[in-house]
Amino acid sequence: MVSDDTITIGGVDPTADAGTGPKGSGDLTDQLVDTDIWSDELVAGAGIPVVEAPLVTVGGGIGSFVLVDYLRIAGLDTSHVRSLGIQERPWQTYQYLTEVSQIPAAERLRSDSSGCPGNLWGFPSYALREAWREKTFAPLWNVLTEPILTDYWTPRAGTAFADMEREAGRIGYWDTVVKGQVRMVRRRHGGGYFTILTPPRGAAQTKRVAYRSRHVHLAVGYPGLRFLPDLQGYRQKHRDYRRVVNAYEPHEQVYEQLRRNPGIVVVRGGGIVASRVLQRLIDDRDRHGAQTTIIHLFRTYIDSSHGPSLFMRRKGADGWAFQGFNWPKGTWGGQLRDQLEKLEGDARKQLLGVMGGTNTPHRKLWINQLDRGRREGFYRVYIGEVQDVAPGPDNTVVTRIKQRDGSQVEVPADFIVDATGLEADIKEHRVLADVLDHSGAGRNVMGRLEVERNFEVRGTRSEPGRMFASGSATLGGPYAGVDSFLGLQYAALQITDELARLGFCRRIGVARSLSQWWRWARNRRV
Amino acid sequence: MTPNFVGRLQTRIFVLAVIGVPVVLVLGFFLPVRTAPGASSSEIRADVWEAGLFTLLVVAVVGCVLWEPIYHGLQQYRWEKDWPTLFGLLTGINEGILAYLIVREIGPTPEFAKVEAGGFSLLFALVWLATWLWLNGPMRVVFIRWRFRGGRIV
Repeated sequence: MVSDDTITIGGVDPTADAGTGPKGSGDLTDQLVDTDIWSDELVAGAGIPVVEAPLVTVGGGIGSFVLVDYLRIAGLDTSHVRSLGIQERPWQTYQYLTEVSQIPAAERLRSDSSGCPGNLWGFPSYALREAWREKTFAPLWNVLTEPILTDYWTPRAGTAFADMEREAGRIGYWDTVVKGQVRMVRRRHGGGYFTILTPPRGAAQTKRVAYRSRHVHLAVGYPGLRFLPDLQGYRQKHRDYRRVVNAYEPHEQVYEQLRRNPGIVVVRGGGIVASRVLQRLIDDRDRHGAQTTIIHLFRTYIDSSHGPSLFMRRKGADGWAFQGFNWPKGTWGGQLRDQLEKLEGDARKQLLGVMGGTNTPHRKLWINQLDRGRREGFYRVYIGEVQDVAPGPDNTVVTRIKQRDGSQVEVPADFIVDATGLEADIKEHRVLADVLDHSGAGRNVMGRLEVERNFEVRGTRSEPGRMFASGSATLGGPYAGVDSFLGLQYAALQITDELARLGFCRRIGVARSLSQWWRWARNRRV
Repeated sequence: MTPNFVGRLQTRIFVLAVIGVPVVLVLGFFLPVRTAPGASSSEIRADVWEAGLFTLLVVAVVGCVLWEPIYHGLQQYRWEKDWPTLFGLLTGINEGILAYLIVREIGPTPEFAKVEAGGFSLLFALVWLATWLWLNGPMRVVFIRWRFRGGRIV
């Protein structure tokens, strides 16, 4: 199931909770693993202690946190929800990933001013708060004139973390957290679900603990890193993990070495991660005198506005496709959301395909840096398909490229940075693979978890319980912006509204919203 | 903002009624305009209310029938399918000019034909600004689903 060379995120070993044990030992049994729907007796027979929790959210990351935020504001008591995961803070993995991909806390994310994971109303927006805090009009001017006179304003990474920290304390999120690795979620005979947790060593009497809940929410994030096949092949064959790196793993040695000695780095990818890596490389040249030559490899080169019709044209230049955020803005709550929501199957896949494709935000700083790089010669571009990556003389790695005109070129470099993305097959995630195999879940048009418009995982109903999912695992469903702060909030709102319909919590109407917002403003506990 | 067409209409009507009307009523007490030589403050107030409320009606109707379809059409040329904040503010200019002309033409009483441009502009600008600030601010606190539904309230 989980391959040996899956790169783990944050250094967590996914195989630590593997295996089964003898009956009655408090570990999973082969029978449990093989049975799709569990009875209370079956679980008890394995000696696994059962803990009741009306709703369990699996992941313990930002997706779980945002759902708990909505549920608390909808009147749910902290004792009614458990957030299971290994992270110390819900934003821990997110912070790790942004840091290694060159967005430290003081740098800006690619997220709208009104996407505030610690404030479900989006008011006051991050821009407003930054203007107030730093006593400056600049953020206000930016959000007033974006994207006409200015690029879209985005908050600093640290702003989002501080926002979530404040809200977590306010809603009593820490009371809902249970640390441990979730192994699987299965349906229960008679309704509801079992979630098997592997607590940290020594934290419990038995190896596993079972949470029995009416409802379950999956928000497990990314299964792992993804490498371009040729780079994956190179790393496995030559066991070289130093010179060929993924932008989403720690790779500070690349920058350190380039600062010490003049070198060549090949960057692959045309999205925001590539933009951030390029900025880091050029900043190091400017601030630390690094004599780096940057070779940027594009497989697809966008040099102008592109799109299927006059009403669907996205800007582009110099190889990049420009888009404010990872999806067109209207997909979060505008006409594109309406449009996508109505589609299924091929039609949905087609619209997602048109709106998707690698893209990066238009930022004047980046445009100017690359213009300067082209002029001064330290930034060069190749366009084509990579044929081969192999070690070369003098400790280099050589990429052989077949260019657009058919000619071949060999590009030696000291480092190759794969900045092409994080997605991996959801089957590489233990919990998602299990849900696909044993709980009736299916794949959507993009191969990820198929969900309904209210984010219920299609096929997994265990009346009176529901299984929901949000976040990147649901991309390809009826909502595009799932992998964003605002998208996680949208999903949480749909789920909370559905749970309110089922009588699980209150509906957040006008009165509740106003009084809860007022509490938020005064930092009063929910 | 990323509105859909129905959301535009609902939002316009809502905000003119719920924000526009109170603002006009309050401005009746404060607006430093001269509506007629030697007019008393209560006469000015009545004039401001009369002109203001009628203008709100005009803005609502003309907006739904003429302006929003135009804005929606222009929005189709944008990749993001958004309606930038700046547009929401600047469209006060074109809407104000047309509203002024219409109010003078079809105002229910003869006084309407003599509405002063200066006073009208001030009243219009203040109400427009108030509604714009409301939409870009607290509206999402009152209706938490509004911004996810393209501006639809119901």
